[in-house]
Amino acid sequence: MIEAQNLCKHYPGVKAVNGVSFHIPRGVCFGLLGPNGAGKTTTVEMLEGIITPSSGKILYKGEPLGQRFRNEAGIMFQHTALQEFIQVDEALRMFQRFYPNPRSLDDLVEACALEEFLTRDTRKLSGGQKQRLLLAIALINNPEVVFLDEPTTGLDPQSRRNLWGQVRRIKAENKTLVLTTHYMEEAFELCDEIIIMDHGLIIAQGNPKALLADHFDNSVISLPRTALPENFSLDDGASIHPQGDLVEIMSKDVDSTIRLLTANQIPLKQLQVRSPTLEDLFLELTGHHLRS
Amino acid sequence: MSIRRFLAALQARNLEFLRDRTALGWNLIMPVLIVMGFAFAFTTGQEELYKVGLYGETDTEQPIQAFLQTRYVEFIEIEELDKTIEKVDRHQIDLLLDLDNQRYWVNSTSPKGYLLEKVVAPYQFERVALSGSEIRYVDWVVPGVLGMNIMFSALFGVGYVIVRYRKNGVLKRLRATPLSAFEFISAQIASRLLMIVTVTTLVYLGTDLLVDFRMVGSYWLLLLILIVGALSMISVGLLVAARITSEEAANGLLNLISWPMMLLSGVWFSLEGSHPLVQNLALALPLTHMVDAARAVMIEGAGIKEVAAPLLSLCLFTLCFVTIGSKSFRWE
Repeated sequence: MIEAQNLCKHYPGVKAVNGVSFHIPRGVCFGLLGPNGAGKTTTVEMLEGIITPSSGKILYKGEPLGQRFRNEAGIMFQHTALQEFIQVDEALRMFQRFYPNPRSLDDLVEACALEEFLTRDTRKLSGGQKQRLLLAIALINNPEVVFLDEPTTGLDPQSRRNLWGQVRRIKAENKTLVLTTHYMEEAFELCDEIIIMDHGLIIAQGNPKALLADHFDNSVISLPRTALPENFSLDDGASIHPQGDLVEIMSKDVDSTIRLLTANQIPLKQLQVRSPTLEDLFLELTGHHLRS
Repeated sequence: MSIRRFLAALQARNLEFLRDRTALGWNLIMPVLIVMGFAFAFTTGQEELYKVGLYGETDTEQPIQAFLQTRYVEFIEIEELDKTIEKVDRHQIDLLLDLDNQRYWVNSTSPKGYLLEKVVAPYQFERVALSGSEIRYVDWVVPGVLGMNIMFSALFGVGYVIVRYRKNGVLKRLRATPLSAFEFISAQIASRLLMIVTVTTLVYLGTDLLVDFRMVGSYWLLLLILIVGALSMISVGLLVAARITSEEAANGLLNLISWPMMLLSGVWFSLEGSHPLVQNLALALPLTHMVDAARAVMIEGAGIKEVAAPLLSLCLFTLCFVTIGSKSFRWE
């Protein structure tokens, strides 16, 4: 569906994106992950045709981006405003008229739950309501490919869950989705394929579950930091990583590690065991935290 | 060019303008208040200077030299006799001296002309009497205020708004649709032109209700001047908005353009007698041509032939600014 070949975007003194290549197949939810400043938004805006790459090539259905792409793509930007003094229904009607075969207003209102604020001034919407409207605008042309740039940043947990539900419904319609996010949980929940970016480069690429399976064969045991003495070590090969008020122990054999902790009279109150996440993968690959 | 997409963008901009009550009120009320203020301040006609036009060579041996030293009289050397005679007829110049042929023109209904005539009497110039009615300051200033209002509305309503759209992401959002830059810019021009024509008509009618001013020419011709003039001002706004991304920079630049234009285009006072450099600079400003043409129609009843030159200048300004503006336009 979309092919990116050796994309670069250089600004004076900054290499925002430094030679990335990938293929986005039809019907998948494709995630671009990375911390702020990793180059995700620059990459996705090059794919959207908003920024011209310094070098490299982008093909949509085998052709360079053009009028066909404009008609068939739906975009929800990270930061965007609508014209002032315009109601939600008026904004939707304006965008409808930009496209040759738009979706009906009723259909969009139902799909994105806009009914309760349809006649409200767009400046008076809450964060979640505004994101729903922007999503509706991105879907107005019944697009084949939908770009969502950090769609849940700044939303409360309930609004985030609602938006995830809407993204799943878009996936169910067999549309191609391109999603950027710095929430690893979001990528894990929604994406079929991801690339993880850092400093303008791709550092990992693949299916989220497969990536975790490839990089980890262990579990994470966490304990309060105060529970372990200074310079404590385990002789079963498990590694210990301080994480704020906690310590995380990466263990290949949870039973053996817990037995060793008990033998060393370490209190197990507040002990938690979990599987590694994409956050752990990012830490493993880069040596630093995603949101540090 | 898709008419459907153009109309969608046009309608959205119109709604935005009409619902912004503060800006709309300001656009409608300010010019009326300015004209009323000036009408009140100047109806007594207490101008300090007398204006005397001088035609022909001044010979230092002539006795009239003594008169040319009179204080509180502004002497203006003129080259076009006929035009200046018309000004004497309308009380815009109090007395006109033809030094070569030893004659003078005076309006016999003008109090200032009467007094100056007493001063000139000893030099025994031939008297030519005129009797046209006076052009008051308010008659003269109304076309200027209308022009100024159009200038501010066009520059800020197009220039500033597009920069704001660029800064807050509206342009980026529109760029992601099939709407072309040409369709978007055309919609902005059409919307602002429509608003300017409507608002100026309302301001004209409102001013006419409150203040009596002179309008002897064709309303259609005045409308044509207004449209052509507004387009030239809008094109300046587009040029400013072509690339700037900061509202502060746009605001500064628009003020830098609008204030000198207002002062140098003869909105408030005539540039007659000012330094030739100022007069030439004024010709490089579209507002000068618009105000001159509107004054010619309203005060002198000029026809299309008389205002063809300023109209042509305005069209050239528009063509030039729109070409540069659209070539350098950036969505981001």
